[in-house]
Amino acid sequence: MGLSGLQIYKLLPRTNCKECGFPTCLAFAMKLAAKQAELSACPYVSEESKAALAAASTPPIRLVAVGSGDRKVEVGNETVLFRHEKTFFHQPGIFIRLKDTLPLPDFEAAVAEIRDYSVERVGIELFVDGLAVENASGDAETFAKYVAAVHAKTDRPLVLITSDPASMAAALTETNGSAPLIYAATPDTWEEMSKLAVEHKAPLAVRVDGDLSALAELVEQVKSAGVDDIVLDPGARELSSSLLALTQLRRLALKKNLRALGYPIVTFPGEGADSPKEELVQAAQQVAKYAGIIIMDHFDPASIYPLLTLRLNIYTDPQKPIQVSPGLYEISDPQPDSPLLVTTNFSLTYFSVAGEVEASGKPTWLLVADSEGMSVLTAWAAGKFDAEKIAKSVKQFNVTDKISHKKITIPGLVSTISGELEEELPDWDILVGPREAMDIAAYLKTWH
Amino acid sequence: MPVTVEIEKEKWTGRVREVTLGATSEDGGTRRRVVTVGGETTLPFLSFEGEMPNPPAVALEIQDRYPEDWSDLLKEAWGDVLRDPAAWARRAEEYGADLIALKLQSAHTEGDNTDAAHAASTAEAVLAATGLPLIVYGPGQVEKDNEVLLAVAEAAKGERVVLGNCEEKNYRTIVAAALAHDHLVITKSPIDVNLAKQLNILVTDMRLDLDRVLVDPTTGALGYGLEYCYSVMERLRVAALSGDSMTQQPLICTVGEEAWRAKEAKVNEGVPDAWGDWESRSLNWEVITATTMLESGADILVLRHPESVKLVKKTIASLMAH
Repeated sequence: MGLSGLQIYKLLPRTNCKECGFPTCLAFAMKLAAKQAELSACPYVSEESKAALAAASTPPIRLVAVGSGDRKVEVGNETVLFRHEKTFFHQPGIFIRLKDTLPLPDFEAAVAEIRDYSVERVGIELFVDGLAVENASGDAETFAKYVAAVHAKTDRPLVLITSDPASMAAALTETNGSAPLIYAATPDTWEEMSKLAVEHKAPLAVRVDGDLSALAELVEQVKSAGVDDIVLDPGARELSSSLLALTQLRRLALKKNLRALGYPIVTFPGEGADSPKEELVQAAQQVAKYAGIIIMDHFDPASIYPLLTLRLNIYTDPQKPIQVSPGLYEISDPQPDSPLLVTTNFSLTYFSVAGEVEASGKPTWLLVADSEGMSVLTAWAAGKFDAEKIAKSVKQFNVTDKISHKKITIPGLVSTISGELEEELPDWDILVGPREAMDIAAYLKTWH
Repeated sequence: MPVTVEIEKEKWTGRVREVTLGATSEDGGTRRRVVTVGGETTLPFLSFEGEMPNPPAVALEIQDRYPEDWSDLLKEAWGDVLRDPAAWARRAEEYGADLIALKLQSAHTEGDNTDAAHAASTAEAVLAATGLPLIVYGPGQVEKDNEVLLAVAEAAKGERVVLGNCEEKNYRTIVAAALAHDHLVITKSPIDVNLAKQLNILVTDMRLDLDRVLVDPTTGALGYGLEYCYSVMERLRVAALSGDSMTQQPLICTVGEEAWRAKEAKVNEGVPDAWGDWESRSLNWEVITATTMLESGADILVLRHPESVKLVKKTIASLMAH
């Protein structure tokens, strides 16, 4: 956790020598707390203080990258237990596990399908982060061949799963320095696995089932072998045990500042599930409750899309309303006689409405009023989307310069304001549109 | 070097109130069994530091008017019972619901505009058809809600039904009906901790005991504001466990209504292939909304699809197992 300026001040020499460039040690401490100065600017700070300050500035949960380049997944570095306390920063990576016992053409087809999966939601592209390859065959050469095959098909991050260090070594030679997650070191294999992690500059997962003390001990061992980037597997596979273990790990890292367990966590929701649907339920729990890497056994768009949507929801910063810029938007190249709809600038509202208008194929003007990022009903209740605001937006964005008619369609949810809007826009026809965005296409067909 | 990790426990001082829905013949009702929710002394399912004496309960929503606007998937799943609330309630019980949530949609002024007597007889028919405790919602219009809920309260005297919803602008009549006929109420406020507390204070001022109040914090479906609801529920629950009396109510979430309004669940035309199979996706939409609400503190989930009930109940059983 970060220290306050006063806490830092106590660690400084308190001589006010000014050699750091600041008038007093306190002023310097305040700059350090605000991360606007470097401790190295002080020539007299003690080694003890340096160590204390370094420890305090290390995040309680280490940021670990899996993969390299633009596609790498960074997880960890979380600072709160509840998103309302601040926000969750690094959304969990979602990986799909494939085994090296699949026929190679099927394996390659699955890799391509997962790689090419993409879906847009509220203007954001959602996709599966990476692939996990498991050495189910038990054969090192086969494993290396399958890892090479997936590496040839995609630059997405990989997780390599085998308990055999020899297989792991063989597979790592095929990954070309792309820093896959090595899964996993156990109390029996940690020395060899740690060596591989150091040699390939790859993050290392450590696994001990059902014993956090033993897990912490194993972390200390791999750290002593030179591994910094560590991912934890506490081995909890059931819905209940996973919730308890992941909650404990997050609490111990944040509240006890327990460095040995201050790492992101990897989960396998399919292993404790009786069906793909139950796997999804567990994965959803782990999105909300503290996983860093989620490795799924099933890839089905009907499940992945809800899971990616949930991740987007939970990792939305609660401090910022998500909004688009107010203005007059052109959809499908509208003409002066095209319909004019008005809505709010809450991004979900905007994207729902714009998406439907676009899908309808009807060229349309979409006037987006500044509702301070609130949805239609909320904004109306708060007085941010009333007749006055709509009339003001019509003028502000010079709507009459662009369109030849004077007809404006308001959302059905605020039909009650049509009277007031007639007063605000005296020579306009106020039309009432549908209550739900999904009915807009049908509405536009009848618009004239 | 050996490391000893000690489990990190919160020392919560508060407890969620227990609320019992329904009454058996011993207590002047005709329910075959009652359902008690609440009583938690820790966050959802954290058995290592506190109690969760009652599992969250699952209600199935039924209506007294054929639900024209429902997804075809729901219509297919329920079939003919959609035209008969008593048969629908019986079927819902067979599908494993713990509670029946009856929405008196036919009373809506833009629909059939049915009257108080109709509402009373519908409630009686549903109570006769099922042994489960009952939640009754008005059509969501102030005057009609008051009219039909008062009639239901009289007709269902002794049954400890739940009357919904009390909102800031309309709670007096409904609370008075609950007081007069020994029922429960739902207080509903728009995704805000302080508004939820304030409404509970107003209800308490009318001398309704808080062990007869459920709180609906307003549900957001997956992809449609779920995160707001999730965080308000977590904040309410943390406040409750920290001893804030006006937040110590069990929470009820109208998951089915919200999830099935989402385009992802409702329709299958003109949607991207990347959304996947319609039926699976729709069920997942309802189930994931439901289970995420469980993680943040829901005590009662109101669902719409029978398949969702099965999976959500299995999830609850798994989470309660420790």
